[in-house]
Order: sequence, then structure tokens, then C-alpha cells
Amino acid sequence: MAVKTYKAGVKEYRETYWEPHYTPKESDILACFKVVPQAGVPREEAAAAVAAESSTGTWTTVWTDLLTDLDYYKGRAYAIEDVPGDDEAFYAFIAYPLDLFEEGSVVNVLTSIVGNVFGFKAVRSLRLEDVRFPLAFVTTCGGPPHGIQVERDKMDKYGRPLLGCTIKPKLGLSAKNYGRAVYECLRGGLDFTKDDENVNSQPFMRWRDRFSFCMEAIHKAEAETGERKGHYLNVTAPTVEEMFKRAEFAKSLGAPIIMHDYLTAGFTANTSLANWCRDNGLLLHIHRAMHAVLDRNPRHGIHFRVLAKVLRLSGGDHLHSGTVVGKLEGDRGATLGWIDLMRDRYIKEDRARGIFFDQDWGSMPGVMPVASGGIHVWHMPALVSIFGDDSVLQFGGGTLGHPWGNAAGAAANRVALEACVEARNQGRQLEKEARDILTTAAKHSPELKIALETWKEIKFEFDTVDKLDVAHR
Amino acid sequence: MSDVQDYQSSLSDTGSRKLGTFSYLPAMDAAGIRKQIEYIVSKGWNPAVEHTEPENSFLHYWYMWKLPMFGETDVDRILGECEACHKAHPKHHVRLIGYDNFKQSQGASMVIYRGPMK
Repeated sequence: MAVKTYKAGVKEYRETYWEPHYTPKESDILACFKVVPQAGVPREEAAAAVAAESSTGTWTTVWTDLLTDLDYYKGRAYAIEDVPGDDEAFYAFIAYPLDLFEEGSVVNVLTSIVGNVFGFKAVRSLRLEDVRFPLAFVTTCGGPPHGIQVERDKMDKYGRPLLGCTIKPKLGLSAKNYGRAVYECLRGGLDFTKDDENVNSQPFMRWRDRFSFCMEAIHKAEAETGERKGHYLNVTAPTVEEMFKRAEFAKSLGAPIIMHDYLTAGFTANTSLANWCRDNGLLLHIHRAMHAVLDRNPRHGIHFRVLAKVLRLSGGDHLHSGTVVGKLEGDRGATLGWIDLMRDRYIKEDRARGIFFDQDWGSMPGVMPVASGGIHVWHMPALVSIFGDDSVLQFGGGTLGHPWGNAAGAAANRVALEACVEARNQGRQLEKEARDILTTAAKHSPELKIALETWKEIKFEFDTVDKLDVAHR
Repeated sequence: MSDVQDYQSSLSDTGSRKLGTFSYLPAMDAAGIRKQIEYIVSKGWNPAVEHTEPENSFLHYWYMWKLPMFGETDVDRILGECEACHKAHPKHHVRLIGYDNFKQSQGASMVIYRGPMK
């Protein structure tokens, strides 16, 4: 082995961190970044700089480098590709040896690969497009507390998407009035209702009161309908001690599911809560407030498919995934890509859906995607077609805004859902035959008939800001 | 308010009890049941029949009618078992299941005969 000698000074990053002939190992964590370099910085140098600054490198040589085997520990830029439709940006593929990361810690992975490097001067902007987590890393993470199949068994619901609703107005209701809104939704045929993410424990409604009234609503709705019900009790709190206090109370009431905001509350808190849920038998619904800050800009930040993968590792049984058809952002192909990443066991690279790497999840359970935001009964055929059975479809305004109230709104959605599932099973084309399927079902459901009349004109047809990278956008 | 319709559902009205997927739709006719069996077969799932007293329908475990029909793809034979179960237990709910052994779950589950509610 050649002996290295110490020479102080600044070296070009590419001398050490650009290795186009490197073959990634099965155990490497692989990352694809979209890089816009500063003017005059060659692509190889920018890619190498990203690899260096997100792994072992710093801006100058230090003598302590020679006390270790940097070739073993360094990240390597091993490939560069054009970004279709963007002449300034390019994709940089970087391989990190597994030993750079603590087992079971998505926190450690993110701190390294989306840490200081995102403020690095040599790049104008940087976006983490995808990460391949090797199975060797996946198996060190707890993952979803239960997963899709266990949730179906616990809730006794098969052969269709689940139905939910976020209680509105999101702020200002008293606990008892809030519980009323929950009860009405559940007795009308929804499986779940949800705390809005903003609802934590404000002066107008403290968490303990909300939890108690919501559980009474669940119990009565279950007795009345003969079906299992749940309400996502939001335990997101200012401290983890407070979060666990709320979770323990939910458990003492017999709540089947609680809820957490994984980005604003943080990955450490989320992983701990997921482990607690697994130990205590409660399902965990995950909201993603703040995600658009990170994932919406096509040139800077972290793509949602990465945030979704990280959540699957950290742990959650549900995760909001966009709707494609509602009021919130979401390209169809890209959405189909990340819902596969949430649910499936093995996902192949598929650039048409924005998936840059094969991803093997081993036996880690899947996460149920949640479609929520500006959707109503007319969207039901498309939603069933896009999301399939293993999903939660959540109609907030589309339930609560029904002219006859929440129970009627819930029943309308349930009838529409079941009509779509029945038609799909019969081999009918849901999106083509949407009008016929829904209007036929409405003949037996006055609640659905009124819902169809109420929302017939509403569409959300703004163009998507963050599209998949294709030429001639 | 006169045009607002009341939502009819109560603890005292046993007609308010629902039974999972398709229980918010009108009861399926024979042709409808046949199509759902065809769907289960087309998916490669294993058909099974279960039944229960209506008052015990909330419980996870209903009574199995014989054993799941592993590998059965003959729609008429599956339909025949559904009818035989219903005939033997006319006052019970009867449900048709499609076991998905790859997902270790039920790909389909639907009550196809609804027993009278007490």
C-alpha cells in the first residue's frame, strides 16, 4: 500500500471525490442530486464537492485525514447525467459507504447528506431527488408500527380504500362541538376522522378534552353502525415528554389510532413515537406539514419521494401523499411513483415516475398513502383508479360541506366509494364511466344525489409547479 | 331547513348496522354476486365463505363455512357454496371473502346475504 504524505493546502475536490469508474456496492447508500453549479465550476468538480461536503471532506486538507482510511469512508460522485429540459442543472449520483451512518438513524443520514452541503457556495442550488437505502440499512430501522395489512385486520376493513375526513373549522371549536362533528361523520359511514394538523392543545380546546369527547363519538358510532371506527388524535406537542403523555392517555381511552406531524416535530420524536405505537398497539397517522417548503422547488430542497422513504424508515402507518386531482400540488406520474415507494416491497428504477434507483424494503411493512385536500365525490372514480384499495381517501369540505350535514356527506362519499369499487371489480373503466357510475348509485342515495349537485362545478386546474423533469416543459 | 333531510340512523334501529364493503349499496342480485366472484377468481385469490348471527357481526371471527376453496376457479361452484351456506343458515349474514395469500390479507370481503336483524 502506498504511503501517503501530508501536504497542507487546498486540492480540487474531483481529485479525491470524482470516481466515474466506481461500481456502487449493494450496501452503499446512493443519492441522486440535481445540481446547479456556480458559473465556471465544471460539473465533475461540483459533483465531487457535493460528495465531499456530504461525507468526509472539508475545504482544505487536514493532517488527521492521514490517521484513517479515507478511501474507505469517503462518499464518491460516480456518475453525471443531463437533466431533461434544464440546461443549467445536472444530476450527480453519489455513493456513500454504509459505515458513515448510525444504524437505524434516518436523522444521521439526513444530517449528513442534506446538511451543510445545501448551503455550499460552489453550487447555486441543490436538490436531493432520490436516495437508495440498502437493505442492510433498512433492516436496522423499525419502520411502520403496523403496516397496511395489520391495519386492515385490526380495523376489519377489506377490499376498498378507507374513508376519512379532517374536522373543520380547523381552529376554534370547543371539544364537545368538535366531538359532535366527529360523531356525525363516523355514523354516516366514514372509517376515520382526523384532527387538523394545527390542532394540538390550544386554549379553545385542550387535548385531554378533545380526546375524551372524540372517543365517546367513536364508541357510539361503532355501536350504531356495527363497524370499527377511529379518529386520528393528534399527539404532536411542544416536547416529547408532552407527546408521550398524550399518547398514553389516548391508549388509556382505547383509541385505535393517533397522529403526528413528522417534519415539524422532527424525525427523532417521530421514530420514538412509532416505536411506542408498535409496543402499544396503536396505529400511527402521519401528517406532513412543512413538506412543500422542502419539496416544491424543482431546483432546490428534498424531493417528496425522499421524505416519503424516510418516513417509511422512521415509522408511520399512514402518510399524506397528495391527491393528483384536488387542490394541492402533485404530478400524477410522480405521485404514482412515491405511493409505490410507500406501499410495495420492491420498487424498480423508473425514470418516467421519477424513481432513480431500485429500492428493496425487505420485510418492512408498507405505509398507507392518504389522499386529502380539496377532493369531493366527483373525484371518487379517479381517486379509486389512481390509489387503488390500499389508501385512505379523505374528504374534509367534501363531507362537512354537504347541505344536509356531516352524516349525509359521509354517507354520500361511502356510497360513491362502494359504487366505484363495485364497478371496478366488474371490469368497468372508472374514469371514463365516472358520470354514469355515480349518477346510477345516486338513484339509491339521496345524500349522494345532493352531493353531486352541490359540487358539480368545482375544479382545481392550476398547473403543477414541480413537474417531473422532461424535455420541452 | 325544510329541504334538509334527516339522517336516519340510531342505536335502537338495528337496520342502522352496516357490514363493511358494499353494505351502503342495495343488496346485490345474483348477477352482481357472480361478477364479484369472477373478480376474486381473476385476481387469483382463494374464495371463502363465512357466516354469523347478525347480532355478533362486529366480531373479527365469524363461522367458517367448510374451508376456504383453495385454487377454486369455477364460478358456479363458488356460487353454489355461498348458496349452500345461506340455505343452511338462512338467518345468518353470509360473507364472501377472497384471500390474497401474497399480501397475507383479504383482497375482498363482502356480505352477500344479509340475515334479518333482531
